[in-house]
Amino acid sequence: MGKLKRENLFKTAWFHPSFRIGFLGSFFFIILAIISIFWTPYNIEELNIANRFAPASFNHLLGTDFFGRDMVSMLMKGALTSFIVAVLAVVIGMIIGVPFGLIAASYGGIIDNILSKTNDFLFAFPAIISAIIITAIFGPGAINAMIAIGIFNIAVFARVARGGALSIKMLQFIDAAKLSGMGELKIAFKHILPNIFSLLIVQASVQLSLGILAEAGLSYIGFGTQPPQTSLGLMLKEAQSFFLIHPTLAILPGLTIVLIVIFINIAGDGLRDVLDPRLAKEETLDAAG
Amino acid sequence: MFSLVFGKFFLLFRNLILSISVIFLLFTASALAQQSEIKLGMVLEPPHLDPTAGAAAAIDEITYLNIFEGLTKIDANGAVLPSLATSWEISDDNLTYIFKLKEGVKFHDGSKFDAEDVVFTFERAMAEDSVNAQKGIFSIIEEVRAIDDMSVAITLKNPSGDFLFNIGRGDAVIVAKESADNNKVNPIGTGPFKFVRWDRGSRVILEAYENYKGDAVSLKRAEFVFISDPNTAISAMLAGDLDGFPMFPAPESLEIFANDDRFKVVVGTTEGETILATNNKRAPFNDIRVRQAIAHAIDRKAIIDGAMFGYGTPIGSHFAPHHPYYVDKVDIYPFDLEKARQLLAEAGYPNGFKATIKLPPPSYARRGGQIIASQLREIGIELELINVEWAQWLDEVFSKKDYDLTIVSHVEPFDIGIYANPDYYFQFDNEDFQALMQQLNRTTNDDARRALAIYAQDFLARHAVNGYLFQLAKTGVWRANIEGMWANAPVEGNDLSTIRFVD
Repeated sequence: MGKLKRENLFKTAWFHPSFRIGFLGSFFFIILAIISIFWTPYNIEELNIANRFAPASFNHLLGTDFFGRDMVSMLMKGALTSFIVAVLAVVIGMIIGVPFGLIAASYGGIIDNILSKTNDFLFAFPAIISAIIITAIFGPGAINAMIAIGIFNIAVFARVARGGALSIKMLQFIDAAKLSGMGELKIAFKHILPNIFSLLIVQASVQLSLGILAEAGLSYIGFGTQPPQTSLGLMLKEAQSFFLIHPTLAILPGLTIVLIVIFINIAGDGLRDVLDPRLAKEETLDAAG
Repeated sequence: MFSLVFGKFFLLFRNLILSISVIFLLFTASALAQQSEIKLGMVLEPPHLDPTAGAAAAIDEITYLNIFEGLTKIDANGAVLPSLATSWEISDDNLTYIFKLKEGVKFHDGSKFDAEDVVFTFERAMAEDSVNAQKGIFSIIEEVRAIDDMSVAITLKNPSGDFLFNIGRGDAVIVAKESADNNKVNPIGTGPFKFVRWDRGSRVILEAYENYKGDAVSLKRAEFVFISDPNTAISAMLAGDLDGFPMFPAPESLEIFANDDRFKVVVGTTEGETILATNNKRAPFNDIRVRQAIAHAIDRKAIIDGAMFGYGTPIGSHFAPHHPYYVDKVDIYPFDLEKARQLLAEAGYPNGFKATIKLPPPSYARRGGQIIASQLREIGIELELINVEWAQWLDEVFSKKDYDLTIVSHVEPFDIGIYANPDYYFQFDNEDFQALMQQLNRTTNDDARRALAIYAQDFLARHAVNGYLFQLAKTGVWRANIEGMWANAPVEGNDLSTIRFVD
């Protein structure tokens, strides 16, 4: 684990075929999503009712939806929302969850007990259920969906960080640091954190794809992104009642979700293989529960 | 020996007869069950089941003409027919109505229907503490008096042109003194169907009332099933879980049913003026030029196509196009973005402004809101869309008047009078219009009423009180072998007594 330096991680992983495929695939969608911040082929806030349900053509590569909005533009914007929600949810989970995990591992005893039990309590609710509870209380919307998924991520990252930290804590250089007079917290953040970083990256890729699925699920049942914003899940929901007449409206966002999730998962798998396979597999599987 | 053989033979014979008759019974039972039971879908569940104590259309959709009857009734075409009153006489001054009541009618709990029930019903609705949603119907009544057991005289304060229509509505159905207080949960009426059970959140079950005095009814049992999600409604219809959906919530999918031989799609009209309701007291909407600008910026065709998939008739004022007094006011403020921008600039908003629009659940509101937001953006008005549930809408918009804009369909028939109420949620306070409505209520002469109604339509259109969008269509879907369902909705209701299955 500690042998692999961070800057080498990407280079080493690049030679792993599944990482390369997954990375390129997700990169494609991420780039499309980022472009949509500045530019989309058509402005999706301008509805063109007269031109609804247009078939695929040179002007509209994937046709238009029930409001006459360009499907390519919709998918780009939808992917953007999905990515933002999922990425920020991972960030929330890491920023809060990792320190929790490290503190629990460093101090042990009663602190570890309290934090771990709280964690178990959070974990007892499946991600989507806790997200439904949170959005039901605070109202639907992309930001609340993000927070809801983020809270679930806190528990995941705290658990991964704690597990990783406990195994690193056994190593000799930690004892050396202790003998040199460093405090528990300082050791945790200066010596343990860098060593579990790759582990956290792999977990982040898993949580990213779970986040995209969760956002889609929440939007689909009406708790996530609200119109006129759009997300892939919301597109699916809105297309559902047209499914028998205009199936492409539902198939396109559905396919996009599937592809993004598969690519991110493949990339994560590759990354995990490159890292210490035994440790990575055990911890991520355990945490993904 | 002989008797033994005979006995065996007899047993065998008896078993044969029994099994044949059982099979026969099973067949006829299933065949009968298919023809006399109906399951109808409804989008909204009613808050309770007393039509004399609530405005929710869902109450009438279950109870009106089924559980409860009034002195008169409204048929599928909006005509007034006798119901619990078999005939009536009107005095020469148009003030006194004498109703002859139907003999031998019994409420579902067995109590007798007579003049006393009529007097009780009207006095209850006229009372100071009445919770009736249409107090206007009763406020013009001076006195209700029982002449004898089977005739009632109603005296009005001033003549009313639509009194007979109004007392045929769900709000004026006859209730019994003994059961009136429980009607919210256990409605007892005189209608052809009696209440059986209400599974909250799921369905209301009615059964044919065996002692009904009136035309024979074909259905034995009816279920109203509540399905608010359009996608679930589509699936339930396609799967055959429902026999019909009188007000189908997913106009986008009617094509599926129209192309399916199992179903009939019937598009009719409702009394629902769908409007962009505007808070006339709140700046900047208190400025008529802003409201006119909005009226000029609305493209009704795009809204009807985009939100209702073409089902709906454009309106220019608060009046139903099928009404005999209707005049087309759509062109008073034609779609003209230049004019709209100019009016906004004159009002002091050359760069537009920001506002909110609260959208209740129906697709005409949720989709319509997105379309209107996109249209108003063209003239610089940025709308924030706020989705609300019905309870929230009633509380925030209807009661507290805390809103800028909202989209809603007003389904009461001939409800132009709401504009004369300054406390109504539009908060349109105009003395000229209030005087006009008083005059209209007092007028009984048809030509004079027509002239006043036309003037009122023009008045509302010119003042651009609300954005007038379209008349809601009644898009019904039901099995091809069902007959007698209402194609139009002149009042809210589903008359089960005329429904039958044909093969």
